[in-house]
Amino acid sequence: MTNLLEIRDLHKRYGTVEVLKGVDCSMRQGEVISIIGSSGSGKTTMLRCINMLEEFQGGTIAIDGQEIGYETAGGARRRKPEREIARQRALTGMAFQQFNLFPHMTAAANVMLGLVKVKKMSRDEARVLAEKWLDRVGLLSRKDHYPGQLSGGQQQRVAIARAIAMNPKLMLFDEVTSALDPELVNEVLQVIKGLAEDGMSMLIVTHEMRFAYEVSSRVIFMNQGRIGEEGHPREMFLKPRTERLAEFLKTSTFN
Amino acid sequence: MTYSLNFAAVWRSFDLLLEGLALSLGLAFVAILAGCVIGLITAFGLISRRALLRKPAGLYVTVIRNTPILVLVLFSYFALPELGVRLGKIESFVATLAIYSGAYLAEVFRGGLIAIPPGQREAGLAIGLTEMQIRTSIIIPLVLRSVLPSLGSTMISLFKDTSLAAAIAVPELTFEARKINVETFRVIETWIVASCLYVATCSLLAALMRAAERRLAVPR
Amino acid sequence: MDFSFLDQLWLARIPLLKGLGVSVSISLLSIVVGTVLGVFVGLALVYGFRPVKWIVRGYTDFIRGTPVLVLVLASYYVLSTIGIDLGPFQAGVLALAVFCSSHVGELVRGALQSIPKGQTEAAKAIGLTFAQTFTYVLGPQALRQALPAWVNTAAEMVKASTLLSIIGVSELLLRTQELISRTFMSLEFYFFAGFLYFVINYGIERFGRYVERKTAVPS
Repeated sequence: MTNLLEIRDLHKRYGTVEVLKGVDCSMRQGEVISIIGSSGSGKTTMLRCINMLEEFQGGTIAIDGQEIGYETAGGARRRKPEREIARQRALTGMAFQQFNLFPHMTAAANVMLGLVKVKKMSRDEARVLAEKWLDRVGLLSRKDHYPGQLSGGQQQRVAIARAIAMNPKLMLFDEVTSALDPELVNEVLQVIKGLAEDGMSMLIVTHEMRFAYEVSSRVIFMNQGRIGEEGHPREMFLKPRTERLAEFLKTSTFN
Repeated sequence: MTYSLNFAAVWRSFDLLLEGLALSLGLAFVAILAGCVIGLITAFGLISRRALLRKPAGLYVTVIRNTPILVLVLFSYFALPELGVRLGKIESFVATLAIYSGAYLAEVFRGGLIAIPPGQREAGLAIGLTEMQIRTSIIIPLVLRSVLPSLGSTMISLFKDTSLAAAIAVPELTFEARKINVETFRVIETWIVASCLYVATCSLLAALMRAAERRLAVPR
Repeated sequence: MDFSFLDQLWLARIPLLKGLGVSVSISLLSIVVGTVLGVFVGLALVYGFRPVKWIVRGYTDFIRGTPVLVLVLASYYVLSTIGIDLGPFQAGVLALAVFCSSHVGELVRGALQSIPKGQTEAAKAIGLTFAQTFTYVLGPQALRQALPAWVNTAAEMVKASTLLSIIGVSELLLRTQELISRTFMSLEFYFFAGFLYFVINYGIERFGRYVERKTAVPS
């Protein structure tokens, strides 16, 4: 059975600076993996390579066996055409630190946009689906509100609904609570926990250590563009094997 | 020297002035509409990472913005025929004003484009939209809303520029006013009335712009 | 005799240069007078008594709502009729200066009003008089703020100088048109005139950016 996500020897540069120095990662369906590490460790960059928001110069990423972004044809590495990359992006869903809701559309319209334009649903079908997912994140009553009228936590939940409504195989969460006021963080974490319990495959880049401990089946610690350590949350957090991870855990809020 | 104000002569020809104003508005409407299309496309070119798109767009904007509009109008009507492009007065002026508007509007749109957070495009990409879909559903609606104030004042400015059509004898408001001035010698009255017509129209346009801003504003 | 463009250009160098000189003087005069007037207009809009503010506001709104060409034509026709015999050059420059003053006035007003009230309060707190506050605190900040837009206005005045050709002032554009009527080389000479204006305005644009950089506060 092919893995849901297969990353092999991923390399990425920004100009002359190499930020990902050969990352390998396999993920099965239904896994919830948290990625932790200090800023600059490459965790967000790796996530953004998976849905081709960032280009990568070396290695391969495959979702359900399908190579993402580039293909090797006759020994040469070629970037796939834009249309295909757009289609591949629909395999994953992403929630951003800055929410990035479309400010000129209501919550429902935000969720419906992808369904109508990419999945080619009729507006009625899309609306039903959008309301289902808004209800799932607890915001059906706000479906006709605009982002400017919602709190940060509410906006982020709408953003998650928008991503999930597209029925992705893999959900990517990029530090989704880092921009929130502390009292709003929990409502978002609860939604993510609920999705995990429903069996959604997820990659979560986060600073919320306690949350990572509670919800993940596996934790990856990234350090300077490489995977420093990975394993079951209990071992990772309570019995770190590497010194770097121990150092990192000391400086983060976890007990 | 005594000069007694006598508006009667001007009132008699008021309908001519109004016809002129109507033509001014018509010229402005068509030219600005075309200018918006040109400007929007140029703005995308200005922010493009590809030099092949950016350089010509930048050249167009720089050349037009630094050339007096009267020179462009005269060039268009008198010099272009030598190249085989022979347009009527009105067509020539509208085309010139459209190209002129495009350059100014491009700068307005460019300002709006660079103010859009990159996260908007990324969110669009993440749900699988193509670049063109992102542009039409997300970027352009946001740009139009954010630049509405400067767009409005630029458009009013371009409306006033329709007065330049008088230089090639297009019968818009300024041309008609000058004709009345010369025929009736009622100089002060003529120009007061003409100015008032322009000022009133500009005020009306400004009020329309403000109303449009209010209607299009996203509820917060 | 069939002269080439360059031949004709050389032959006409004196009138063209004279025309350029007239254009430059129109521009400079209208910019200088317009700016001085405009500063007063701006100050009146910010610090004037109510009735003064209203009158000045009415003045600027009226001028700004009127196309420059209309101002030029009005100035030309009206002034000669009511006995002020100014001639086209002076009438034209007057119109342009008035136009310039309304723009500069708006600029100055905007710049002064964009300075946070806290600045004036802080100045008061250390005991500065209004005159001192204006000279050392408000003035410099307003100047920095208004400078780019003012350079833009100056460039607009250079472009507006072409309108005086319509009332018969022998500036560059009119000289060009006279030359064209003699040589029939409209393409070449309109292009040449356009090019000259472009060079001048582009120069002003670059100069403006240079000044902006030089006067910027380090951050």
